[in-house]
Amino acid sequence: MKEMLTQSLFFGVVISLLCYQIGLWVKKKVKIAIANPLLIAVLIIVSFLLIFDIDYEIYSSGAKYISFFLTPATVSLAIPLYRKLELLKKYPKAIFGGIAAGVLTTMVSIFLMSLAFGLTHEQYVTLLPKSITTAIGMGVSEKMGGIVTITVVSISITGIFGNIAAETICRLFKIEEPIAKGLAIGTSAHAMGTAKAMEIGEIEGAMSSLSIVVAGIMTVLSVYVFAGFI
Amino acid sequence: MKFIKQLANILSISFIAEVLEYLIPLPVAASIYGLILMLIGLMTKIIPLEKVEGAADFLVEILPILFIPPTVGIMTSVEALQQMLVPLCVISVVSTILIMVVTGRVSQGVIRRSKKQTSEGGQKA
Repeated sequence: MKEMLTQSLFFGVVISLLCYQIGLWVKKKVKIAIANPLLIAVLIIVSFLLIFDIDYEIYSSGAKYISFFLTPATVSLAIPLYRKLELLKKYPKAIFGGIAAGVLTTMVSIFLMSLAFGLTHEQYVTLLPKSITTAIGMGVSEKMGGIVTITVVSISITGIFGNIAAETICRLFKIEEPIAKGLAIGTSAHAMGTAKAMEIGEIEGAMSSLSIVVAGIMTVLSVYVFAGFI
Repeated sequence: MKFIKQLANILSISFIAEVLEYLIPLPVAASIYGLILMLIGLMTKIIPLEKVEGAADFLVEILPILFIPPTVGIMTSVEALQQMLVPLCVISVVSTILIMVVTGRVSQGVIRRSKKQTSEGGQKA
């Protein structure tokens, strides 16, 4: 059986799509942020592979065809951003100022905490892209010599935490303007945060999804400066 | 056929991005070059929105599924993950709070200042 799986082209793809559907179904049933379809799918697949003692390579030999679309899909993120260009032209100072301040905070806070924890360069660059969308963050981590899978884990923790805590943080720190709320959530917690911003309101959602790509590009630029610090 | 043409356009930009990644000696992933190229193309109208729209929306929609295989790869880095589990969780949570507060407060400051200016300007006029 295992031999058959090693040669199978479709095993990795089928189990991935199937488990994602289970994830979507669970998310629909229990409406909490931790029930993220991606995480549920990954948990089921990892458990399955471990229980049946199947190597990651066997899974990946088929599943890699899914990831083939990662670059074109990341390129396509330009389209939702282009549609929101009017907003960008309307509030350029608030958007660029806020997001730039946020990205700088990302870099400085991760640098200082990595220093405090005594992390290695590899661990430090693994965490630097943790607040941006997985599509861009994976590329950053890979290019800087980080551990890509751990970057994905930290991006997920960030997204789920941001999604759960966004409303409380905005209330505690008196972030009341809808535009500011959206920018704050999108810059700190990418797409998973944006899901919450969309629940809060239309302007919040639009601003948050705009921040995903703008913060992503700004992070790419600043990582090259900050990566050399540890 | 329209969908295939749109997909072909997106893949062509991805290919040009790969060429750029090869030529430019910077640690920037092809996907970033592609994203910026696509954005410039759309803004300059060299790439009309309808030539990429449908396929692009589809790809963006399935993005989470594309992350599944690399995330399952965590199986191969369990040891590295254990070594940094505590800093990873602390840094992820603390920096998320800081970023949210700073981004929110800075942009709110900018918005409220310009609102104040326009209302003062309005009074003068």
